[in-house]
Amino acid sequence: MSIYGEFLVLPKTTDLYLLRSRPPSEKLIDLTFRNVVISMAAMVAVVLFGILVLVFTGSVESMGRYGLRFLFTSDWNPVNNDYGAFAAIYGTIVTSTFSLLIAVPLGVGAAIFITENIIPTRIREAIGIMVELLAAIPSVVLGLWAIYVMEPFLRPLLSGLHEYLGWIPFFSTKPIGPGTLPAILILVIMILPIITSISRDSLNQVPKKLREASYGIGATRWTTIFKVIVPAAVSGIAGGVLLALGRAMGETMAVTMIIGNSNAFNWSILSPGYTIASMLANQFGEADGAQVSSLMYAAFVLMVLTLAVNVVAQWLVKRLSLKY
Amino acid sequence: MERMSNSGTYKKKGDLYYNSLLSRNLYNNSLTFISGILAIIAILPLILVLTYVVINGASEINLAVLTQLPEPPGEDLPSAGGIGNAIIGTIVVSGIASLIAIPIGVGGGIYLAEYSRGGTFSKFIRFGANVLSGVPSIIAGVCIYSVIVSTRIILGSNFSALAGGISLSILMLPTIIKTTDEGLKLVSDDLRKAALGVGASKFVTVSQITIPAAFTPIGTGIVLALARAAGETAPLIFTALFSFYWLDSPEGILQPIATLSVLIYNFAIEPYKAQNELAWAASFLLVAFVLSINLLTRWIGKRGKH
Repeated sequence: MSIYGEFLVLPKTTDLYLLRSRPPSEKLIDLTFRNVVISMAAMVAVVLFGILVLVFTGSVESMGRYGLRFLFTSDWNPVNNDYGAFAAIYGTIVTSTFSLLIAVPLGVGAAIFITENIIPTRIREAIGIMVELLAAIPSVVLGLWAIYVMEPFLRPLLSGLHEYLGWIPFFSTKPIGPGTLPAILILVIMILPIITSISRDSLNQVPKKLREASYGIGATRWTTIFKVIVPAAVSGIAGGVLLALGRAMGETMAVTMIIGNSNAFNWSILSPGYTIASMLANQFGEADGAQVSSLMYAAFVLMVLTLAVNVVAQWLVKRLSLKY
Repeated sequence: MERMSNSGTYKKKGDLYYNSLLSRNLYNNSLTFISGILAIIAILPLILVLTYVVINGASEINLAVLTQLPEPPGEDLPSAGGIGNAIIGTIVVSGIASLIAIPIGVGGGIYLAEYSRGGTFSKFIRFGANVLSGVPSIIAGVCIYSVIVSTRIILGSNFSALAGGISLSILMLPTIIKTTDEGLKLVSDDLRKAALGVGASKFVTVSQITIPAAFTPIGTGIVLALARAAGETAPLIFTALFSFYWLDSPEGILQPIATLSVLIYNFAIEPYKAQNELAWAASFLLVAFVLSINLLTRWIGKRGKH
């Protein structure tokens, strides 16, 4: 059983050791405590499976009725009970992919800057702390800031984008305020701390010897970074990027407040859009009948996407920590 | 190479000195410059958000705002009242969440660090805690809505502070388990062996020796999880909902309740200026709370290391 279990046998064989025999009450407390903490640990599994089962059973009705068609149509008509989540799924994928495209170079670049000895350690630490504090700002506050500060400031820029690049389908509509692009930018702000801090930790884990060896054979700082340090830390960085992707797909409040919440499908990222999470936030409270089941189906799709991304991310992060 | 070929004499005197015009050095310096710019861009959002929250929010804070009830939107009022009930509501809902998540989280962490021996079950729980922390917060809200709110399972109550607290506890749980697990693992094994050696039972060892030794990291993790939960909105919008009234009796936790985060969401999308200003005031309070907790725990963590 436990480490001291064997000791109990000894006193019986010899009188040399007058060890206190353990009263039954103490054993009972020990056993109870052990069982209590085991059941508490098991709660994690219970909650996780509970969520999966709930979302799945809730969506069975809608799955039966619409099947895979649900994923590729964008009707959302409670009157005719016609539902399809293509616009929301497209919005989820577009916002998370585009925000990654911006946040990855930014976050990894910043992480490299604060792990190199370019500027004094104090300033580097301060930058690191500031980036991490950004992660602590509640999403709803970022949403408020996006509505009243960021979006009005960006609108002239986005109009210019539409005027000059309007022939690209992504920029083909006139910006009218809330829209997919502002949502992408607010997501960049939200996932930047994740990418930066995980990249920084992974870069810091790379053994010093590798860097010294590279400098020793005459490589410059950036040759060392690109050819030695980053390749050694790449699986950790990739894990962080995937965690950020999972976060971006599931992020709700800030996106709901700035994306415009329109279920009409549009290629343009300047037009209002939808994500699965913002659709749930907007409609779930007032939904009934087939709409609940359809929203559950959308939630199930979101759940599967984030679970897959998270599982791969865990695996990648673990692989790096095993290596060094 | 050149000096070797010239049998000991240097071809150019400055060869071994740093020459900033060499292409490798130009390349190097420009990349250093670019990465510096990226780092500056990375801290820009925090500065901008904080500046505007302070400019728009701090000026709204006064005694009336902190102690009054919010006015229902509908007409263009000169003042939208206050956020008094939302402050209480945030404390109540995160308190309920803590009451559920802290015992379960710390208990689970104790199991992982003190009892498990790296078997399949503990591996799965660690993995599950990581996966659970990646579950979108809105999904937690959806689940609690369909289990508790729509079924009226708790004494027939519909939207309630209790339902809100339960859905927040789902989000706090994985963080607390992970920090307890990691905090306990940092405790030296000598302490455990010494305690068991003088005849302490496993329960006494854990409760009197290892938990107190790991108090700082565990406490830090719990406080951070709490700060995070206080700012969460998505799981609350259809569990705790919102209320324009005070929580006036203990049974009030079975009623809808106002929270700062939901107040910000509801009032930010109102077309009325007075409501928007209240949203900024609530944001200022929330950000001030969350950031001071974060800075405090950092300071405590740093002090503990020296």
